Amino acid sequence: MQQETGPFAGLETDLHPPLDGHEASVEADRCYFCYDAPCVTACPTGIDIPLFIRQIQTGNPSGSAKTIFDENILGGMCARVCPTETLCEQACVRQTAENKPVSIGALQRYATDHALRNELSESKTHPYQRAKPTGKKVCVIGAGPSGLSCAHRLARYGHAVTIFDAGDKPGGLNEYGIASYKTTNNFAQEEVEFVLGIGGITLQTGVRLGVDLSLQEVTDQYDAVFLGVGLDSVNKSNITGSELTGVADAVEFIAALRQSQDYSSLSIGRRVVVIGGGMTAIDAAVQASMLGAEDVMIAYRRPREKMNASVYEQQLAQTHGVKIKHSVRPVKIIAGDDNAVAGVELEYTTEGEGGLSGTDESFVENADQVLMAIGQAFDADAAESFGLALSNKRVSVDADRKTSHEKIWAGGDCIDAGEDLTVWAVQDGKLAAESIHRSLT
Amino acid sequence: MADLSNDFIGIKSPNPFWLASAPPTDKAYNVTRAFEAGWGGVVWKTLGEDPHIVNVNGPRYGVVHSADRRLIGLNNIELITDRPLDINLEEIKQVKRDWPDRAMVVSLMVPCEEPNWKSILKRVEDTGADGVELNFGCPHGMSERGMGSSVGQVPEYIEMVTRWCKEATDMPVIVKLTPNINDIRYPARAALAGGADAVSLINTVSSIVSVNLDTMSPEPSIDGKGSHGGYCGPAVKPIALNMVAEIARDSETAELPISGIGGISNWRDAAEFMALGAGNVQVCTAAMTYGFKVVQEMITGLEQWMDEKGHTDLQSIIGKATPNVTDWQYLNLNFVSKAVIDQDKCIQCGRCHVVCEDTSHQAITQSVDGKRHFQVIDEECVGCNLCVSVCPVDECITMQQMTSGVDPRTNSPINSEYQNWTTHPNNPMANS
Ligand SMILES: Cc1cc2nc3c(=O)[nH]c(=O)nc-3n(C[C@H](O)[C@H](O)[C@H](O)COP(=O)(O)O)c2cc1C
Ligand code: SF4
Repeated sequence: MQQETGPFAGLETDLHPPLDGHEASVEADRCYFCYDAPCVTACPTGIDIPLFIRQIQTGNPSGSAKTIFDENILGGMCARVCPTETLCEQACVRQTAENKPVSIGALQRYATDHALRNELSESKTHPYQRAKPTGKKVCVIGAGPSGLSCAHRLARYGHAVTIFDAGDKPGGLNEYGIASYKTTNNFAQEEVEFVLGIGGITLQTGVRLGVDLSLQEVTDQYDAVFLGVGLDSVNKSNITGSELTGVADAVEFIAALRQSQDYSSLSIGRRVVVIGGGMTAIDAAVQASMLGAEDVMIAYRRPREKMNASVYEQQLAQTHGVKIKHSVRPVKIIAGDDNAVAGVELEYTTEGEGGLSGTDESFVENADQVLMAIGQAFDADAAESFGLALSNKRVSVDADRKTSHEKIWAGGDCIDAGEDLTVWAVQDGKLAAESIHRSLT
Repeated sequence: MADLSNDFIGIKSPNPFWLASAPPTDKAYNVTRAFEAGWGGVVWKTLGEDPHIVNVNGPRYGVVHSADRRLIGLNNIELITDRPLDINLEEIKQVKRDWPDRAMVVSLMVPCEEPNWKSILKRVEDTGADGVELNFGCPHGMSERGMGSSVGQVPEYIEMVTRWCKEATDMPVIVKLTPNINDIRYPARAALAGGADAVSLINTVSSIVSVNLDTMSPEPSIDGKGSHGGYCGPAVKPIALNMVAEIARDSETAELPISGIGGISNWRDAAEFMALGAGNVQVCTAAMTYGFKVVQEMITGLEQWMDEKGHTDLQSIIGKATPNVTDWQYLNLNFVSKAVIDQDKCIQCGRCHVVCEDTSHQAITQSVDGKRHFQVIDEECVGCNLCVSVCPVDECITMQQMTSGVDPRTNSPINSEYQNWTTHPNNPMANS
């Protein structure tokens, strides 16, 4: 890890510094070029990993980047945010052999950085050319990873794409939802620019489905629609004290931090408790610590092995001084002066046959800031009122990411399939685009 | 503790590790440092006549690197010493006086005329050096002037020059051979016929090490042009080993002492050369890559191995593998082996499968019962060793001999009798 110096330096320092040319060559040489490689099977987008690594090895990083983009146009972001330790690197045979997989993520970043930062930014050429215009129009709702992936693939096939996004900036969670140290130097916007560089894609921000736009309108006006709206309204906590000053939603905390021009203007507590056990909890806790909180604790209601955050992520939090407390759940948030939070009462839990239950034994953790990272939910209003079939409170899709409506496809976190990961969103968008293309031609 | 002291054609040194004639032995300063580090002897950088030659003033070396820039092969376009003869001779004399227990051999290359050789030999004798090495090997630069490998490629010249030298001096004469020739036995026989006390081999292999694709110049590039150079280092070891073995097992030269050279980088390489018949070894590239200290690894490694194997002195290892080098036609065709994959060691990379499937005998499964699983199909396995060669895990795939039963590939019973091609029924020239 790079040296973090100065206030907030950790927030702007790459969690994994990029490899230089020699490091990339040595690391690439470790790849065995497996047959029917397990890492490829483990990658949700099925990137030909041994091939792109060999292309790095032989001094062809541009060709390597193209191999990556062929399956995953957001390969640059995925290189930064994928939990590779549970995906490709977990499957790498060198993990089996010596507990030290090939650093596939770092190599992917090496190649994609080369393409995005050096080559393409200088020559302003996009690695793909659009096919002849087909005259078909497709609407993509949501400029997050699934929407961008879908739009790019459709543009390649020559369809005219319009993307609507509710935010001020495109990128979705890449822009708003991921810890800053995973995507430094405005990378999310750089990548959006790269994706749009193919041409044939119009982007309109500040347009919200259900408010400024209805599914009826878009299905009338376009030949096909892709829905990649992600998750929205946060699971509301019904714990007593949730309304106190100093209690905030972790997703909003991260979004505010990512958009901040001046970290010192963000209010951060001295003692921060984060409630939750997923990646968002980790991202919020680590960033709280980097912002200067003295004590940061993650309180997770179930045992360690049930945590959604990978072991690697947990260790990352711990090396940043975050304490992780397992099997404790919030009973109430305690008020201090002026309606401000003063602490959280936490109760120990046990897991038995009947699920999770409290033990009646509790303690109070002092806190002046509480961040709730207890998951997000899909805002189903627009979809439901239009009659789209749902399952598990999300949009129901088939293997091609087609919904119950003949003109609507969907992907990313809003669908009931795959995991809520950037890389799955990219794959959804790609599969949907292929299916849309087949249906339009 | 095993005794490493070496007596090579009467030249004594405390160990069998000599530095080959090359930049590491170009000056008193280098050679003194080498002796301090523990080298048993040196062959001084090749001397020529005055006016001394000149070297290029640009890069002399080119390399083949591994991904981690480990040096695998080294190429050079350097010539013989570029210092005046007097200075070299004075330094040789001084160093030999300072280090009487180390071997001091002087390498020579002068035009192919008897007086030239005679006169330089006289001057070398005066230094107290232990012997001379005739450089008939360098493949670049000097060969264009009728010296070096252009002599070494013509056995008659080797014999003639060797004879002149033997007549002119009592010092032991080693003839250094070039590998840039079809059959190494002819120059070795010629050296013997001329009276050589020993041969040393190999000198460097003619080579172009790489081409710069931006400038379209071979490397090392001198003002946009390159010239072929001499290749050495780990990459040439197999070529050198074979040539040493060819001379050691040739009935005409079996008794001719050999100083083994070519890619020796550690004690094991040295032991292999000696097992194939070399009486001692010379090293250049390993020293040029890591410095003189490598000799300490070589000495301790060889000692350790000899102790473990119960070899008390070098005589008990020299030539021990030579009788096992034979011609293909005498290999036992009744010896059957099959690859066996240790499933506990297998890491599932699948390379054994794909290389066997694509380029060999379709003898390794890809899946068994729908699961990724690599297993040898004895009915197809010809025992070629390709899977063993490409497997990234030590000892995961091994070749195991079948000693009884029926070979499932040929359906023939395993025959414990030795049978080779000379008597095989498929051989139209079989002699029985
Ligand atoms: C830069 C360089 C210069 C050399 N110069 C000579 C020389 O002057 N005379 C000679 O007999 N061999 C010369 N050689 C050949 C070496 O003595 C040796 O035969 C060869 O490098 C193979 O051994 P190695 O693989 O240990 O390097 C030279 C080799 C190198 C690399
Ligand atoms: S599994 Fe590992 S070694 Fe095999 S191809 Fe993939 S990255 Fe390379």
